[in-house]
Amino acid sequence: MSTATSAPGGTGASTTDPIVRIIDLHKNFGPVEVLKGVDLEVRRGQVVVILGRSGSGKSTMLRCVNHLERPSSGTVIVDGEVIGYRIKGDKLHELPPAAIAKQRTKTGMVFQSYNLFPHMTVMENLIEAPRRVKGVDKATAMEDALQALEEVGMAHKADVYPSTLSGGQQQRVAIARALVMKPSVMLFDEPTSALDPELVGEVLNVMKRLATSGMTMIVVTHEIGFARSVADEVVFMSEGRLVENGPPSQVIDAPVHESTRTFIDSIL
Amino acid sequence: MKAVTVTESTRLDPSATPPSELVPMRHSGRALAALVILVAAASLGYSAMTNDNFEWPVVWEYLFHPEIMQGLGTTLILTGVSMTLGIILGIVLAACRMSENRVLSTLSGAYLWFFRGTPLLVQLIFWFNLSALYPRLSLSVPFGGPEIAGAATNGVLNLWAVAIIGLTLNESAYMAEIVRGGLLSVPRHQSEAATALGMNRWLTFHRVILPQALRVIVPPTGNQVIGMLKHSSLVSIIALSDLLYSAQLIYSQNFRTIPLLVVISIWYLVCTTVLSYAQSHIERHYGRGVHVGVQRPGGLAKLRSLGSRLSQRSQSNDNPNPA
Repeated sequence: MSTATSAPGGTGASTTDPIVRIIDLHKNFGPVEVLKGVDLEVRRGQVVVILGRSGSGKSTMLRCVNHLERPSSGTVIVDGEVIGYRIKGDKLHELPPAAIAKQRTKTGMVFQSYNLFPHMTVMENLIEAPRRVKGVDKATAMEDALQALEEVGMAHKADVYPSTLSGGQQQRVAIARALVMKPSVMLFDEPTSALDPELVGEVLNVMKRLATSGMTMIVVTHEIGFARSVADEVVFMSEGRLVENGPPSQVIDAPVHESTRTFIDSIL
Repeated sequence: MKAVTVTESTRLDPSATPPSELVPMRHSGRALAALVILVAAASLGYSAMTNDNFEWPVVWEYLFHPEIMQGLGTTLILTGVSMTLGIILGIVLAACRMSENRVLSTLSGAYLWFFRGTPLLVQLIFWFNLSALYPRLSLSVPFGGPEIAGAATNGVLNLWAVAIIGLTLNESAYMAEIVRGGLLSVPRHQSEAATALGMNRWLTFHRVILPQALRVIVPPTGNQVIGMLKHSSLVSIIALSDLLYSAQLIYSQNFRTIPLLVVISIWYLVCTTVLSYAQSHIERHYGRGVHVGVQRPGGLAKLRSLGSRLSQRSQSNDNPNPA
């Protein structure tokens, strides 16, 4: 382990241990405070869906989990490791970029715009990070890749370039690309928002299967149906704060807060 | 009143069915223009062929003259080496320019300011005369301290070194801007995706960003290579025997100026033609995976597609029952 931050007994933890802990997270973009102190715990195997209007800070919070955004203050802990910092005495010292890059292999991320590498075939997209970041040999990487592609139903397209695929197919490949890194947590940032309506289902189905297989997932989405049927916990965010959280039956069907109720009503 | 059949109109009677045959628009002006240009070109060619002042026999005599060949070799090596070094340095400069590190971006900006801001010819003469400015090149303690290692400037910098340094430093400044434009053309999301996969900055740059940027970088770089081939003739001013200088040496003795300039023009044209052809191949390589706007095939492309169609046909003839 490259950093001295791994918690004692990080492995073999019980399923009730939080795998992601977000503590008092703040984020400013210039004078604008996007996150105003967010706390969240995600346990191993849990599926947490984050709802909220655009601009409520939900994507920013997700991007803080793998340090794509650097928090202004607060701490993110993934699998027992403080992300982006090293604890030295009573202070947090910023880690060099290479060490943060290594930490990111614990999280897989799926973006709204898929972001496959257009100059690589589907297979090349999938083996790039395992080979170059983890040093997996090519044969093993390709085996893993094919297996991941089969899980998302895209094995038959291994040798084509992403531009020849539909949006839904590209997003499924993007999910497979994140999975081959064998992350502890999968982060989904509005994975179906850029898709044509008829393609949303195939991506949601892949995500449902992934949830069933026990993957820990944090999903930012507007798909209420998905939240209701798959989420263990639904979190509602508004104006940079976590307003309400609980099981979907509570947050979606019987929201307590006024802002949650108006939001749910507006999208149902 | 009798119903009038409208023979030419964009209007169609709601009950009528439109005709099914499509007639593409005719470009009759183009054929005429082509004819005029052909006639003009033919008369120009005729006058060049019949004008004795061109001294064509002298042109053929010197076309493969050993000194011209040596000059051609020098020009090609100079172009190849300076361009390669210029591209590498240009990529480094562009990366520095775009770096978050203020020291690097400022340094890179100052470099561009200087080397793009002064003429290449002046830079070459400057490097040539470096020994007048600094007779000794040495590594020593700054501000006049003792020397650690050093040598006479003229011993270190021969003509080749001067030419390559001059051309490379100037070229890298232009390449830096071309590379920067290419890097900026790659969507920010691409580096985010690579970062999220745990790729460090170097991997992200050279595996994800640069290959995509090259698609944008290659066409203007082809321009630069062709430019370099010709700019390298500036080194004749420092008496390095490139293609131009070799010709100058010959015509300063036999006074056949025009035919020798024709000789080297032919060679410059041959080289630039080959380079343009190579460029189109490289462009295709870096365009992979991207639907580039459909280009109308030029003459060569048409020939190639004809060739591939013919070979496909012969293959299918060889194998009448493909699986």
